[in-house]
Amino acid sequence: MSGADLPAWAAWLVVALAIAGAGVSLTGALGLVRLRTFYERVHAPTLGATLGMALILTSSMVLLSLLEGRLVLRDALIGVFLTITTPVTLLLLARAAAQRDRHEGNPGAPPEI
Amino acid sequence: MSRILRPFLPYPLLSVGLAGTWLLLNAPLSPGSAVLALLVGLTVPAVMRALRPPAVRVRAPGTLARLLVVVLYDMVRSNIDVGRIILGLRRGTRRTGFVAIPLDLREPFGLAVLAIILTATPGTLWVRYDSGTGRLLLHVLDYTDGDEWVRRVKDRYERPLMQIFGRGNSA
Amino acid sequence: MSATTVLDWGLGLAQGMLVLAMALAAWRMLRGPRAQDRILGLDTLYLNGMLAIVVHGMRTGSGLYFEAALILGMIGFTATVALAKFLMQGEVIQ
Repeated sequence: MSGADLPAWAAWLVVALAIAGAGVSLTGALGLVRLRTFYERVHAPTLGATLGMALILTSSMVLLSLLEGRLVLRDALIGVFLTITTPVTLLLLARAAAQRDRHEGNPGAPPEI
Repeated sequence: MSRILRPFLPYPLLSVGLAGTWLLLNAPLSPGSAVLALLVGLTVPAVMRALRPPAVRVRAPGTLARLLVVVLYDMVRSNIDVGRIILGLRRGTRRTGFVAIPLDLREPFGLAVLAIILTATPGTLWVRYDSGTGRLLLHVLDYTDGDEWVRRVKDRYERPLMQIFGRGNSA
Repeated sequence: MSATTVLDWGLGLAQGMLVLAMALAAWRMLRGPRAQDRILGLDTLYLNGMLAIVVHGMRTGSGLYFEAALILGMIGFTATVALAKFLMQGEVIQ
């Protein structure tokens, strides 16, 4: 375990950021269980992919920067990567679901544009 | 960009992005990794030229910065909104529904950024876009009658994006 | 409380919350009811697993877990895109 020479405020800051991020992600995953229709549920994981991810990565960057005594921004790359990929996955998934629903004539199918 | 530089830097944004990624991956900064980052930034875009991606020109950097702030604010706010909906903290009845938005934005890169923005703000989901009619179908978690969503997307995001990736002389 | 204790307990709690999120995503993946729900569950599982690895890397204080998290994110992206593509073209006549 690391962080023996860290000041207390830094430890609390890192922990607060990480727990807040994990809480946002957990809320998103809970939405996956609680929301009733598929189109509502697709919204849920974006919580973890946006604010949850940002908080946890910030926490990690703060901790690593303090431990190594220099600015460590490497984790931001994960953030950039996720920001670019999440729209693609959700867009494809929504389109696949819309296509299936319309093909089967389900009542919840999206309207024709 | 001047004509002399063009053969070496066909996609300056890509070059900067690649070099920056390389430096981030190889931190701490050393002379060796800086030279390699320069090499990567100069050579890899030349390979990309074979794929002929359309060049992107960013205009109005001030608008870009303002848009970034707006999106960050909206991201946090809509995260809280959707979190409250999931946790059942919101009173009253809630409806979901599809909203069709007629877009004037036609720039592929601008549309891609719009897709990223709409995904980054939970509560809106890009379902489909018809490039022929320019109509975008969104699914919104908090549906309201009228054109509130249409105005929100058009005013907050589409107009700045059209200024940034303006059509016309983007050769 | 020393900084080490705070970090150990706090990051452990964050890890536990992410594991719970993974469990909820796995529940949706197993439960369905339709294929798109399962893929959505898998995507969320990957996402939270990646975040859990980042937090684990913070607990150990080493930067080695960064690569693992990045690779897991890439695999999750590829898997979800491939599955969604299959859903569009494998079942529905085009």
